Amino acid sequence: MTDTTHRSASPSVADVMLSAIKNVGTSVFPFVVVILLWQFASLFFPRFLFPSLIDVFWRCLDIFSSGAMFGDVMATVLRILAGLTGAFIVGGLLGLVMARSKMIDNFLSPMLTLFQGIPALSWVVFAIIWFHGVEFRIFFIMVMTTLPAFTFQVIGALRGMSKDLTEMVFSFRPTRMKLFRVMIAPAILPDILTAWKVNLGNAARVVVVAELVGATGGVGYQLLQQQQLFDMAGALAWTLQLVFFVLLVQGALTLIETTAFRYRAVSERAL
Amino acid sequence: MTAALASENLASADAAIHLGNVSKVFGKEGADGSYRAVDRLNLDVARGQMLAILGKTGCGKSTIFNMIAGLTEPTSGTVRVSGKNPFSDFDAFRGKMAIVFQSDRLLPWRTAIQNVQLGLEMLDAPPADRKDTARQWLIKLGLGGHEDDFPHALSGGMRQRVSIARAFATNADILLCDEPFSALDESTAGKLRAEFVRLVKENGKTAVFITHSISEALEIGDRIVVLKRPAMIAYDVSFNTDTSAEERTLIRGRIGEVLAA
Repeated sequence: MTDTTHRSASPSVADVMLSAIKNVGTSVFPFVVVILLWQFASLFFPRFLFPSLIDVFWRCLDIFSSGAMFGDVMATVLRILAGLTGAFIVGGLLGLVMARSKMIDNFLSPMLTLFQGIPALSWVVFAIIWFHGVEFRIFFIMVMTTLPAFTFQVIGALRGMSKDLTEMVFSFRPTRMKLFRVMIAPAILPDILTAWKVNLGNAARVVVVAELVGATGGVGYQLLQQQQLFDMAGALAWTLQLVFFVLLVQGALTLIETTAFRYRAVSERAL
Repeated sequence: MTAALASENLASADAAIHLGNVSKVFGKEGADGSYRAVDRLNLDVARGQMLAILGKTGCGKSTIFNMIAGLTEPTSGTVRVSGKNPFSDFDAFRGKMAIVFQSDRLLPWRTAIQNVQLGLEMLDAPPADRKDTARQWLIKLGLGGHEDDFPHALSGGMRQRVSIARAFATNADILLCDEPFSALDESTAGKLRAEFVRLVKENGKTAVFITHSISEALEIGDRIVVLKRPAMIAYDVSFNTDTSAEERTLIRGRIGEVLAA
């Protein structure tokens, strides 16, 4: 008798587990190589060049457990978030106005392009010359360096909105608020999240420069202290704080994307 | 003969839709590259009438549709829907006019039931009521059980049913349809057409139905207007359920001749 039973096309739990372990292994492998190479180098080079990663680990724990040092991390985190929020609000409003008026777009676009060409360090110098308060200086630097990207992303998202869908919503005669809620906000959300992801990395780099020069606290200020002490383990530990923060926020943004964009059709064949 | 030429216009006050000497020119009139899509068109649609506008691609059907919908302003002439200008009195038509487009135009981030609720949200209907109404319409159109499906999970026919439910849910007096079944296979389109006619008649709506199919026009409308470029009426005929098959064949033949001319 011939067995004609068809095997199920869906993968077994073991297959799924194996595939997950493979995926994690593939992404972790490069980090393991770098860690091993660093640790190997620490055996032959002086501590101020390649400190043992075990030292770095303990320094990280010190920062987490000490209220004062963790306060510095939180100060930097808040500066990044405040700067990004400010740039997002201003950039979003500018984007809306520029998408509506060709004249305003023609006037502001070259200016924003010019801003994009100004190095972060120049904004630091301008802020120190123009303003007194440390926090306002940093806020200003963060906003000016991330504003153009937010604005251009919002304009692009607004212009890329489906004309057909917009017309369909218009046919129901929505108020401005309802048009924004049912059509504009959901349509531009994917681009806004992308803008946040891109700007987050930029902001983490810029805030350190701003704090290096103009602040009396924060990760950038602490990095300056480590440089003066030639303490590589400390420099690495403080740098890792920012990396952890960026990874954490990126993870949160990815979670929002996964939840908010579950309506998207996914092809079984990858790009 | 129950079919009759309907060239004599209704008094515009009685008409649900009135187009008086309407022209639409895209670009600056007289300039190079300008295009006259509609030329001095006169058309009245009575309340409760189902008008099928028939014509070849590029004859200005969609331009007329957009002017009635208030999405495009005529270059000259008068457009009135229920006595009001649909372009300048745009907000006055909230809940009074609904549109079924050629493609389903469902918002991809909304489920089927949320898409049907869209028009009701614009009318500030209480959330429980609008959900209830939307569910009832989905069930009427054979989509019970698919309320929480996103558009990408539905077939083309199902998506178009959702868009028809969305149009009917607002209980608007006037329905505008722009070739809503043209993208579907004939079997699905036939079923949806029959459902559509039944719902329009049952609910006493005035409907304007754009199509380029003679069969569809005969099946849907109780009046057919054939347009020739640039949107001038070449043939206008009314008929009803008593119109015999013989007469319908004659009308079909005449429409064919007009379109071919």
